[in-house]
Amino acid sequence: MAPVATPFFFYFLSFLTLASAILVITRKNAVHSALALILGLLAQAGLYLMLYAPFVAGVQIILYAGGIMVLFLFVIMLVNLERAQKEEQFNRQWLAGILAAGALGALLVAVFLKGRALFPASTQPIAEASNTQQVGELLYGPYMFAFEIASLLLLVAMIGAVVMAKRRI
Amino acid sequence: MVPITTLHYLVVAAALFALGVIGVLTRRNVVIVLMSIELILNAVNLNLVAFSRLWGLHGQIFAIFVVTDAAAEAAVGLGILIAFFRNKETVNVDEVDLLKW
Amino acid sequence: MLESLTSYLTSNTTPGQAGNVLWALIYIFLVFGGVSLAVMAMNWLERKALAHFQVRLGPMRVGPHGLLQPIADAIKLLTKEDIIPDNADRLVFWTAPLIILCASFAVYVVIPFGPTHAITDLNIGILFMLGVSSLSVLGVVMAGWASNSHYPLIGSLRSSAQMISYEVAMGMAVVSAILMTSLNRSGTGTLSMIGIVEAQQQQQIWYLFKFFPLGFIAFLIFSIAMVAETNRAPFDLPEAESELTAGFHTEYSGLRWSLFMLGEYAAMIAVSSIAVTLWLGGWLRPFPHALSGETWDLVFSLIPGFIFLILAAVAFLGVVRMPKDPYFRVQTMGLAGFGFLLGLIGLVLFLGPVRERIQDIFWFTAKVAFFMYMYIWYRATFPRYRFDQLMRVGWKVLLPISLGVLIGTAIVGVVD
Repeated sequence: MAPVATPFFFYFLSFLTLASAILVITRKNAVHSALALILGLLAQAGLYLMLYAPFVAGVQIILYAGGIMVLFLFVIMLVNLERAQKEEQFNRQWLAGILAAGALGALLVAVFLKGRALFPASTQPIAEASNTQQVGELLYGPYMFAFEIASLLLLVAMIGAVVMAKRRI
Repeated sequence: MVPITTLHYLVVAAALFALGVIGVLTRRNVVIVLMSIELILNAVNLNLVAFSRLWGLHGQIFAIFVVTDAAAEAAVGLGILIAFFRNKETVNVDEVDLLKW
Repeated sequence: MLESLTSYLTSNTTPGQAGNVLWALIYIFLVFGGVSLAVMAMNWLERKALAHFQVRLGPMRVGPHGLLQPIADAIKLLTKEDIIPDNADRLVFWTAPLIILCASFAVYVVIPFGPTHAITDLNIGILFMLGVSSLSVLGVVMAGWASNSHYPLIGSLRSSAQMISYEVAMGMAVVSAILMTSLNRSGTGTLSMIGIVEAQQQQQIWYLFKFFPLGFIAFLIFSIAMVAETNRAPFDLPEAESELTAGFHTEYSGLRWSLFMLGEYAAMIAVSSIAVTLWLGGWLRPFPHALSGETWDLVFSLIPGFIFLILAAVAFLGVVRMPKDPYFRVQTMGLAGFGFLLGLIGLVLFLGPVRERIQDIFWFTAKVAFFMYMYIWYRATFPRYRFDQLMRVGWKVLLPISLGVLIGTAIVGVVD
């Protein structure tokens, strides 16, 4: 099924993503930054849907927007940021930081433009209906080892976070 | 209208990456630095998924693993933040200088 | 345009799948209106049923037997003063109920009322529903934080901790039901909501009864987790009046509080719809294969009409038992009119073409209504869980059992 109004949705969603990213790095109030990041993550899930990746979009909504951002909001509420809001928000190297990041971004775009000829001529026809099944087959097939290591990583992270946030071990 | 190609997504991802790097390098609040790191990871994810459209589903698998890693890293980073905040009552990156000579 | 209107009526896909924007919008309005009506009816039913459980009468004054009470409540809430606390963060205070409302209502996009009666059918339907319903945790956290007062803060922390704890057990129970969809002839499962019900139809068994008792235990885990997920009794510590003076929505008044209530009831109906779709066979009528054939189909298709006629009879019984005092004349006439309306709907549901189209929607709605009544029953019957007991049940009881059910379902599915 042909996607509907693709350029409009692409520009709208990418505008939302970039605008929310700018809001994240410029807001004084950390809660406002977190909310802007949530909006950006949801817009990015929409971009994944446009790239025929519904499973990754679902994972993004559940894990990133519904899990990691809840964690961020909890910590922002636990840590008293009232005093931090009245302090200076940007450090002394801000100009050097912006120039460096701008140079990096320009480098990336130059690499993409130069290497455009190396992309395949046409996109592979990815079937959207069986995306979850194919992702599952890949995860439990060739990438089984990485899957198990990732679960071990999550266990270690859980134990580490609990140990570090406890008052007395 | 120009049809949307992979290059469009890559440019968006590069811009997102640059904004995340700006956030990491210029902000003093640790929580916002961590959120900028999440922006960087998202830019990488967008890049991976955009390329998986050209070369098969391996990019999407990698993107799923990146999301998992981001969750683990956010949990550990925020745990460190809480532990440090309990010691020094500040969330400024500039003041994390206990080991400075 | 007229052709797109009429030609869609004879197709057999959902409007979203067919790309038909006009019919999708019509379905969206129908679902939105239906859910709002259901929330008002649920409000009335809750007060009446709770009252009858507690041997009292409930609202009786506003309309005949309190039938117009939700409208009176709505008018009161709309005309109340809108108070915002002193140092509250205005932007966050304003967006928190909107997030909960949008998250609860966005779930209705994929709920299947019939094989073609859904707004759309996503390939990742269940994943989408789980993800979007977990976004309401963000609204709860924001509401508590923005109120700038300690009762809402503690209430929102407790409520969000409870919601994310029970989401894990919910997800495991859902996965064990999804595993059962792959046991059909082609060997591939599906995450789409319509696909799950069609898998139950093809395997000729509701997943509630499959691999007994595994499907049943998964259903029980999901039922308990969904009650905790929507902050309803007996898991309503974060919003109970005697504990935390209404928890995270303490500082909200008037219209904003009604948005919270709307979001909560909509979330209740949404998770009940998930339970009905996954375990109770969605829109399938009872015994489609044991009692199959023309006559049984006819008998089952007459049930909606009969139920409405019984409701009309109950309304007329109420009319007969009204006091003969002239003060009650308007109420008596109103109740008689309501009974007449119910009878008319019942008679319309006996007509042939209406009967066929209404079958799926009726059975789905009846099962969801059963769940709604169970919610009220739980609230009237069970004492409240203390917060540490609540967390213990979520992590130490439900999660191991759901893991066991998942592994058991996988093993039995492969071996069978």
